[in-house]
Amino acid sequence: MQQKNRIPEPVTEQMPATNYLPGRRNFLAKLTGAAALTAVAAACNKETNFGNGANLLSANDQRLAAGKAISMGEGDIAVLNYAYLLEQLEATFYTMVVSNFFSGISNYNRMRFMQIRDHEIAHREFFKNALSTMAIPEIEFDFSMVDFSSRDSVVTYSKTFEDTGVAAYNGAGKYLKNPDYLLAAGKIVSVEARHASFLRSLDAPTSFAANDVVDMNGLDVAKSPLQIVKIVAPFIKTPMDFSKLPG
Amino acid sequence: MNFNNIITEIEKIDPEVYDRLDNRRNAMQQFARIGGKLALTAIPLALGGMFKKAYAGGGGTMPGIVDVLNFALTLEYLEAEFYNVGTATSGLITDSRVMSGFMTIRDHENEHVAFLTATIKALGGTPVAKPTFDFTAGGAFSDVFSNADTFYAVSQTFEDTGVRAYKGQAGNLISSNEVLTAALQIHSVEARHASFVRSLRSIRMNWDESIRPWITGNSTSGIGAAVQATYAGEENTNQLGIEITNINGFDISWDDASEAFDEPLSMEAILTIVDPFIVS
Repeated sequence: MQQKNRIPEPVTEQMPATNYLPGRRNFLAKLTGAAALTAVAAACNKETNFGNGANLLSANDQRLAAGKAISMGEGDIAVLNYAYLLEQLEATFYTMVVSNFFSGISNYNRMRFMQIRDHEIAHREFFKNALSTMAIPEIEFDFSMVDFSSRDSVVTYSKTFEDTGVAAYNGAGKYLKNPDYLLAAGKIVSVEARHASFLRSLDAPTSFAANDVVDMNGLDVAKSPLQIVKIVAPFIKTPMDFSKLPG
Repeated sequence: MNFNNIITEIEKIDPEVYDRLDNRRNAMQQFARIGGKLALTAIPLALGGMFKKAYAGGGGTMPGIVDVLNFALTLEYLEAEFYNVGTATSGLITDSRVMSGFMTIRDHENEHVAFLTATIKALGGTPVAKPTFDFTAGGAFSDVFSNADTFYAVSQTFEDTGVRAYKGQAGNLISSNEVLTAALQIHSVEARHASFVRSLRSIRMNWDESIRPWITGNSTSGIGAAVQATYAGEENTNQLGIEITNINGFDISWDDASEAFDEPLSMEAILTIVDPFIVS
C-alpha cells in the first residue's frame, strides 16, 4: 500500500491536492477578502459603521422605518428563519463558485466544492420546507466583493462563511426551545464544521481548528444571532427586520 | 467562605441556578441559614448536596447535566490519552505537518478534559476517574501505535463518534444555556478534527473519493466492520419528516442528502462503541 505518512507533493491546483503543505500565499490578494469581512465585523463590534456595511444598514433602516423589511418571525421560528437566511447565503455563494470555478482548480477540490454546494442547498431547502408558510422569502445577496476568478478570494470567503455558520449555530442553539429543532441544528452545524475544516486546510495546512476559532478551553466560536447578522449584513440586499432576533 | 462568590461563579455556568434550587425565591436565605447552622468545614459539603439535588436529575428518564458531562469526560479521557500516546510514539507520525495537526487535536482533547472536569466540579458534581484504556480494542487494532494507517483509522472513528455523542446529548442539556452552548462548542471542534483526519486518510489512499471530510451513508470509509457501529444510522436522509434526496426538485443525490446531516447516537450506543477500548 502507500508508504507511511505519505504527504502529497507540493500543492499546485493542477494536482489533485488538499493541502497539508504550505502553499505560496499571496497575502495581499487574501487580504482583500479577509479584510473586508474583518473590517465590517470590527466596525460592527465597535458600533461604528463604514464601507458597504454602513450604506446597506442605513438603506435597511429606511426600509425598516417604512415597514417594508422582511420579518423573521418570533421565538423558534425567528431562529429557524435566521438559519434559513444563512443557508440561503451559503447556497447562493457556492452556486456561484461552482458555476464559474476559478482557473486551475484540481478535480479533487472541484468535487469538494460541488458537494459543499449540494449540502448547503439541502440545508436551505430543508429549512424552507420545515418553516413552510412561516418561511422568509428568497433573499437577494450581493457578492460583488468576491472575486470568483481568484482562488484566494473564493477560499477566504468560503472558510469565513463556514466559520461564521459554525459560530452562528453554536450561538443560536440555546435560543431554541423545541428539542427537535435543536437536534436538527446540531445535525447541520457539525457538517458546517467539516466544511470549515476542509476549507481552512485549503488556506493553510493544519489550520483546520487553529486558535483563531478554538479557544484555550478547546471551545469553538459561538456568536449570537444579532452579532452574526451584523457580520453578514454587507452581503444581504433584501431589507430585513432583525429586531426580533435574540442576542 | 463567600456564598455570593460561589453562586456568582456557578451562575456564570448556569444562569438558572436559582431556579434549580428547591427554594427558588429564597435561595440566598437558604444559604444564609445553612451558613449559620453548620460548622465552616461542613459548608462545602452542604452546598454540594444542594447542587447535587438541583442538578442530579436522577429518577427521571433523562440523565442529569452532571451525568452528561461525566459521559463526555469519559470520551475526552479516551481521546486525550490516545493522542498523548500517539504523538509521543516515535516513528508513528513521521511527517511534521501531520504531527502538527495531531498535536493540535491532542491539545484540544486535553483542554476538553480540563474544561469538563472544572465544570463538573463547579456544578457540585464529582468528575469520573480516568479509565484504563486498551487502544488495540482487545487486538482488533493491534498495530494502532506502530502503523500510522491504523492510528488514523482509530482517530477518525473516535472523532466521528465524539461528534455523534455530543449531538445525542444536546437535548439533555437544553435546560442549561451555558452548558448546552459549551457542549455545542466542543461538538463542532470534534467535527473539525474528524474532517481533518478523513482528508488525511483520503490523501494516503491516493485521493480516494470514497473517503470524504463528511460522512457518506453509513460507510466506514474502508476501516471495516470493527467500527461499523460508529456509522450506523448515518445513512438517514429524512429530517423532521422531510426527505432530503432531490428535495424540491433540486439535484440532491442520496450521498449528498446523507452527508448534509450528521446523525446523533444515544449514550448507550456510544458506550457500547467505546467499551472495547475501556479495560476498567
